[in-house]
Amino acid sequence: MADSYDPRSVSSVAQVSDALRENRYLPDDGLATAVYLALRLRRPLLLEGEPGVGKTEVARVLADWIGGPLLRIQCYEGIDVNQAVYEWDYARQLLYLRTAEATGAARAGEAEALTDELYDERFLVRRPLLEAIAHNSGPPPVLLIDEVDRADDEFEAFLLEVLADYSITIPEIGTFSAVDPPVVIVTSNRTRDVHDALKRRCLYHWVKHPEVAREIEIIKLHAPSVSERLAAQVASAAAAVRQVGLYKPPGVSETIDWARALDLLGAKELAVEQVEATFPTLLKYREDLERVQDHGLEALLAADRE
Amino acid sequence: MTIATAVGFVESVRRGGIAVSLGSSRLFTEALAEIDLGNPDEVYWTARAVLVHRPEDIELFNGLFAAYWRGVDSGLVWRPPQEPPPVTLALDDPEIPADGPDEDDAGDDNDDSDDSITVRYSTTETLTQKDFADYSDEELAESRRLMEEILFMGSCRRSRRRVPSRRARGALDIRRTVRQALRSAGEPAEIAREVPGSRQRRLVLLLDVSGSMEPYARALIGFVHASVASGARVEAFTLGTRLTRLTRELSQRDPDRALQAASRVVKDWSGGTRLGDGLGRFNDEWGCRGMARGATVVILSDGWDRGEPREMEIQMQRLARVAHRVVWVNPLKASPGYEPLARAMAAALPFVDDFVEGHCLDSLHELARLVLGGSDGRSPEGDRALSGVGSQR
Repeated sequence: MADSYDPRSVSSVAQVSDALRENRYLPDDGLATAVYLALRLRRPLLLEGEPGVGKTEVARVLADWIGGPLLRIQCYEGIDVNQAVYEWDYARQLLYLRTAEATGAARAGEAEALTDELYDERFLVRRPLLEAIAHNSGPPPVLLIDEVDRADDEFEAFLLEVLADYSITIPEIGTFSAVDPPVVIVTSNRTRDVHDALKRRCLYHWVKHPEVAREIEIIKLHAPSVSERLAAQVASAAAAVRQVGLYKPPGVSETIDWARALDLLGAKELAVEQVEATFPTLLKYREDLERVQDHGLEALLAADRE
Repeated sequence: MTIATAVGFVESVRRGGIAVSLGSSRLFTEALAEIDLGNPDEVYWTARAVLVHRPEDIELFNGLFAAYWRGVDSGLVWRPPQEPPPVTLALDDPEIPADGPDEDDAGDDNDDSDDSITVRYSTTETLTQKDFADYSDEELAESRRLMEEILFMGSCRRSRRRVPSRRARGALDIRRTVRQALRSAGEPAEIAREVPGSRQRRLVLLLDVSGSMEPYARALIGFVHASVASGARVEAFTLGTRLTRLTRELSQRDPDRALQAASRVVKDWSGGTRLGDGLGRFNDEWGCRGMARGATVVILSDGWDRGEPREMEIQMQRLARVAHRVVWVNPLKASPGYEPLARAMAAALPFVDDFVEGHCLDSLHELARLVLGGSDGRSPEGDRALSGVGSQR
């Protein structure tokens, strides 16, 4: 695995797929193709899907692979330019002004020059978005805009502008344009529709729960000490549990946790007592626990034999 | 596949009913230059990443892709990627019974509501108080116009976004204070303050379109459209034998076109009802994930349901836990001597914050006032509406 990688030089979907695997992420064909296109066409990639299917993880793995920094913006209601792009360090500006005053620099009729100095880049606090655009050495950064559906429309519109031409203008300084556009991953849990304009700008992939075979691989990858048999049973049971119609179907990370928990208890295969003891790692609602128990754990454990 | 055939495919996707912008179709040709055109799967995933932007469209897209591919090269048979085969359990869960639509039941309900309504209203009543069920087609059209005048939007709540305060109260706004100070050579002559702003709550409308609601639903859909099209934060769904999201279809301004678009996607109009299941689907796919969180949820239904009341109870409880407020609008409530006897209605009531009527234009005005006013005690008007609605009749 190389320390850094120029994403533009990937030449096939298979290469992306392999690279993600090397970095401990097992993509399906759809995701690999979408990532490949995002890299080649330098478009943002919008990932939507159930919580816990590994949307955010994609960005982390990409950053590991490419070797650039991972810059993350967690969206929330009311997020604005000051938190996402840049902010002036007002306290330092003020101190600087006082110092200038105290040392007499301000008196020499240089007020104009002094004001210019106040809006120098050293008083600029860079937030992730500006960081991603202004980045100019080494491998490109991976910009993760997480849960964009939580931000409000105004921020989304601003984001669209930045993602359209990868540049940001700060009135006091000028325009920053990306030398090397960042790799952008946008995720959404779909609590509301993301604007069409933003969707059009992005490539899109709907991330699903992995199929059983892939989930077995994922478990073995992240919890290597888990026995082959247990991994297979855990994955089939998780797939079965997802069919029951729960409030919160378990995501991949929960399955991994569950497998680890069982493994720690010394389980080599699923048994009712241990399943009961470890279920809270998989199911996070009391009602879900009851529902699965109502259906009978035996049926669950037998799921992989079918 | 060549560029020309690719462009042809975009065209057939458009004709199939998936909106593809010019930008996306250009991006598609760009993307095709990067991949192995001989590999149908790779072409498929590329087309999907570029042209499809909603999970609801995936199934439709799969069909269109398969059909087009067959047309271009009959020698190649392409199948959509295998969905993982569902792992089945031996469940003792009562599955949805396989019997036909609930025609009989719905028919009965219809008669019931019609009876009580004809008794109550004479034809001389003005349109604003006239029961929707008695509307002629002209009156229906007229009511659409009147409905547009009802400003139906969510109440306000405190937002995390802070706004400058004009008065000397609130937290110190250091950013603005210092910026102003810089103008006066670093002297903070004025202290700027900020207070939390306010933000409109999301409003979620769930309209029951089952057979028994039909005389009301045809009028109320106009109301739902007017609300969605007003541009406020409104989401709309219909409940019947299934759950259909209508926000997109109803967001165009022209009522005729919007309702036409809506009727194309609502497949269960005037069918049976499975309110509990419908609510469950809403909770699973939208509500509990965030859409209903902190929102005002308005259910427009007569409460007739063939499903299990227990299911209704569970789903209403879930909804009530995440929603700011649940309002149930029942057009039958205006009938004299109405008791919420429908089992689903009775099961739902403990979780309903406001139970109001919605059988005529006046009652919709009341509803709008109620919902708008139910903020954090800010609008005095809201309290009036609150006390007013229950005792209106």
